[in-house]
Amino acid sequence: MIAEVGHFALILALGVALFQCVVPLLGAHCGNRDMMASAVPAALIQLILIYVSFAALMHAYITSDFSVQNVFENSHSTKPLLYKISGVWGNHEGSMLLWVFILALFGGAVALFGDYLPPSLKARVLAVQGSIGTAFLLFIVMTSNPFVRLDPPPIEGNGLNPLLQDPALAFHPPFLYAGYVGLSVAFSFAIAALIDGKVDAAWARWVRPWTLAAWMFLTIGISMGSWWAYYELGWGGWWFWDPVENASFMPWLVSTALLHSAIVVEKRNALKIWTVLLSILAFSLSLLGTFLVRSGVLTSVHAFAVDPQRGFFILTILCLFIGGGLTLFAWRAPNLKAGGFFSPISREGGLVLNNLFLCAACAAVLIGTLYPLGLETITGEKISVGPPYFDLTFGPIMLPLLLLVPVGALLSWKRADLGAALQRLWVAAALAMGTGLIVLMFAHRGPWLAPVGISLGAWLFFGSFVDLANRIALFRMDASASFSRLMGLPRSVLGMTLAHAGLGVMIVGIVCISLWKVEHILTMKPGDRTDVGNYTVEFVSETPMTAENYTGLAGRFRVYRGDQEIANVISEKRNFKPSGNTTEVGLLQTMFGDVYVVMGDTSADGGRVVRMYYNPFVTLIWAGAFIMFVGGGLSLSDRRYRVGAPKRRKTSLGVPAE
Amino acid sequence: MTRKQKRLAVILGGLAMLGVAAGLVLYALRDTIVFFYTPSEVVQKNVQPGTRMRLGGLVEKGSVTKADGAKVNFIITDMTKTMNVSYTGQLPDLFREGQGVVAEGSMDASGTFVADTVLAKHDEKYMPKDVADRLKAQGVWKGSAP
Repeated sequence: MIAEVGHFALILALGVALFQCVVPLLGAHCGNRDMMASAVPAALIQLILIYVSFAALMHAYITSDFSVQNVFENSHSTKPLLYKISGVWGNHEGSMLLWVFILALFGGAVALFGDYLPPSLKARVLAVQGSIGTAFLLFIVMTSNPFVRLDPPPIEGNGLNPLLQDPALAFHPPFLYAGYVGLSVAFSFAIAALIDGKVDAAWARWVRPWTLAAWMFLTIGISMGSWWAYYELGWGGWWFWDPVENASFMPWLVSTALLHSAIVVEKRNALKIWTVLLSILAFSLSLLGTFLVRSGVLTSVHAFAVDPQRGFFILTILCLFIGGGLTLFAWRAPNLKAGGFFSPISREGGLVLNNLFLCAACAAVLIGTLYPLGLETITGEKISVGPPYFDLTFGPIMLPLLLLVPVGALLSWKRADLGAALQRLWVAAALAMGTGLIVLMFAHRGPWLAPVGISLGAWLFFGSFVDLANRIALFRMDASASFSRLMGLPRSVLGMTLAHAGLGVMIVGIVCISLWKVEHILTMKPGDRTDVGNYTVEFVSETPMTAENYTGLAGRFRVYRGDQEIANVISEKRNFKPSGNTTEVGLLQTMFGDVYVVMGDTSADGGRVVRMYYNPFVTLIWAGAFIMFVGGGLSLSDRRYRVGAPKRRKTSLGVPAE
Repeated sequence: MTRKQKRLAVILGGLAMLGVAAGLVLYALRDTIVFFYTPSEVVQKNVQPGTRMRLGGLVEKGSVTKADGAKVNFIITDMTKTMNVSYTGQLPDLFREGQGVVAEGSMDASGTFVADTVLAKHDEKYMPKDVADRLKAQGVWKGSAP
């Protein structure tokens, strides 16, 4: 019964979305206030209906109602509660339902918190949101209904792919989707602005917080996925340039560019057309990601179902929105009034460079991701474009950008003095060089690139704080005065500083694991010892084990530093009851690096194949991502974006730029 | 510089950068791509020893032998031609005799394929369509098991 309610609510939501797409748009066109205002209740009703539908599916999962086909195929009664819940989006139908649920959440948020928007803009934004909702709800109802019943109901379910039974992965999809779908708001604003024919500083100020929120979710979602790949897949790496990873990384690159270009629109009323284009592209790449992952074009743990009808449907949605968005752009963008021009050496110039580099990097990733698909379609030849390609393209494109980040942040608007900016950076440069030299002292036998790369990270890290230190007159006033100045700074300044510093931290982590990783594969018998990095690992024993929903084998390893025992780690081979085997990594995390042990099969001589890694400073990668996330959050809480603030200033800033 | 010249400088700078990026992409695409072949295609296309490639097919039943240390030998077949593969390291969880496998590496002078990566996928996506169809017709292919 509850499943039917869910299904019914979903169909009702489709109707409401259709209403939300058509009526406010007409209202905005004819200037009818009531029709425009109807977008708000429509968005809220749609949210409630999809919530009911989502809750119904979750109820079916939690109560293990195997008469629902989706639950039967993807759940099992012995699964822990957390994975029953995450099982809701661990499959194609459920994940699409989550997608529209998050879309409705964003739509509802715009409806609730968008009081300060001009009524016609708000109506149009919500209408575009409604059109996206219509397309995806139609997709679910027509091809991916999660509420299909089975008769007679089976007694037990098939279980969730054991690789997905993991806490990081339980929350990876919701965050990632919040990022993908959050960019739909920027898209809707761009389309609404194109219809309106008006982009100004106020528009940029409204778009930025939504983009920032989406960017934060993407950042945390991608890093969770990478963390999962690191310790669950057992390959010892953290990023594999897998097409599915790229699919989430491309929107991140473009939304990062969008964040920066929207600042230029807000502060200087320039780069307007470009920013609108970026908003369209960012969401287009999100859609492309959804298509690549969900259509079954790519094979991976993410591609739940290979069904040509679904792939075709999503491709149609993709073409409709990307094609429609770009056509509208081509038609209306020339009407947007171009903003003022600026000197190449200025804050604006720096941000343009940032955009160019990020977009070029994204294009390189896009080509590397789509080229194999295109080639296979055209010639039937199968190729794989792997890490060597991305190392050769993405790396060199990003390098100058990373070098320029601290410089750009110090340039002043309109016309800047490059010499003065560089002069202010000498402390950061000296600190970076010093860090490099210290690294060189400790690791002079290793690859020369390591100290260089670490100095780059240090340059980014220290360079980020130069502007902040200046503003609070660090060391030039007593500490308490500096501190009170720090508290008085706009949060967006702190946010930017943290985000850039987090990038530096991440770079250091990436450099360390890329260049200093130690890999060791050998056969071991209980009692054997081997060195990996600065540690020694002893294979203690292997014992059978049983748990609620799997049986397996636990390999115990003892880790020594010198002669001193410092930890025990366990690597398991698990055999899940309904489906499949996994290997759990034995992981010891320390301040300076991870010892990573994977137990394999038996070898000819009766030992175990064991693979070990020493991954120095790898945790910095995720720590850096988290710092970036916090920086984004600080920036988002800036007073400028609070609901009340723009309202007061609306009269002065909300007027069109013409 | 006049306004116009400045604008030109910015645009030219941008184009130059995109040019460099495009050059990098083309260069990388030429040198880093790895082709996917089945054993028959290796013979057909006369792939030279030392060329990096991905070799796909089924692990022949009864062909897996474990040598010293972590070394494993097995045979990849597409039911027409076979190829000896040697690999040092851990086989993936899904590696089974009679199942689909993709090995990445290159052939040595004796014609043995020395793999440095082995991926096991229970999916015909990792198999050229005609091979998958042929395997299905012969009743060897089990379909894409979960």
